[in-house]
Amino acid sequence: MSRRLLLLLLPVSFLLVALFLYQRLQHDPAQRDSALMAREFPAFEATTLRDEQQTVDQSLLKGEVTLVNVWGEWCPACKQEMPQLLELADQGIRMVGVNYRDTREKGMSFLNQYGDPFEMNIFDPEGSLGFDLGVYGAPETFLVDAEGIIRYHHKGYISPQDVSERILPEVAKWR
Amino acid sequence: MALIRIVTAAILLALTLSAAAGGIELREFDDPVLAQRYHDLTASMRCPLCENQAIGDSDSPISGDMRERVYQMLQDGRSDSEIVSHMVERFGDYILYNPRLEKRTYLLWGLPVGLGILGFVLLMLIIRTRRKSSAKALSAEERARLDALIQRRRSS
Repeated sequence: MSRRLLLLLLPVSFLLVALFLYQRLQHDPAQRDSALMAREFPAFEATTLRDEQQTVDQSLLKGEVTLVNVWGEWCPACKQEMPQLLELADQGIRMVGVNYRDTREKGMSFLNQYGDPFEMNIFDPEGSLGFDLGVYGAPETFLVDAEGIIRYHHKGYISPQDVSERILPEVAKWR
Repeated sequence: MALIRIVTAAILLALTLSAAAGGIELREFDDPVLAQRYHDLTASMRCPLCENQAIGDSDSPISGDMRERVYQMLQDGRSDSEIVSHMVERFGDYILYNPRLEKRTYLLWGLPVGLGILGFVLLMLIIRTRRKSSAKALSAEERARLDALIQRRRSS
């Protein structure tokens, strides 16, 4: 009796492990949560894209739910998601940009060409704020609540579908 | 002949220089221990972008930034665990090839050990039951014969 049970245990455990591995195989490793989730927006001090005299720091992100979009002129997906970002700004969501690994000239011409949904752009030519945010490729978008805590992270391109299905519900949730 | 040698040498030199410039930067360390730690650290962390390359092998810009940060922190005299924590805080546990032992990974690290112990216990149980059953398997007739054999040996 017990031997039969043991013999049954082998294929059953094999099946369970195989199922588990198969299920993990469907999982896209690029879709993982940011390490900064539910943590404070990292401290920084930087100038703005438009004005080299003006410095800003993390207090910029307190007081209101804000979408922080990390972009660069060199990034094709950033251009494609601009219409969606403009729509989000039209809906009254506060947008702050991080101009990542870029030059002022190129950043400004990008905004002139594709539109400017941002209240302000943090100039990050060395990518040091990006590094502290754990950014490893633009575009990336962070939702920061009124206390300056990161509540949602979107890796990569924001499609029109993402706007209605992910971004807007998250903004509503943390407002 | 000499000309060919010089040309070959020049080509080889140009190739190595371009390879060094295009790929991963060379770093100078005064202390060989630091150089070894730099090598080990950059081999133990996974590039967040390219999924199965260590940051020490990867050409992606983020790996370059991470190597630079490792280098700076080593020069500042920070410990290996400080450097690893610094990276994990930003890029997540994903970058560790060897997950750290913590609450979340007890199952991961404990499972192989647990399965080993379970297997050992099962094996012992099986051996014990076999021994017992073989001892029991002696019938009354066999026992009588065994007693007779022992008796004969004692009397002779």
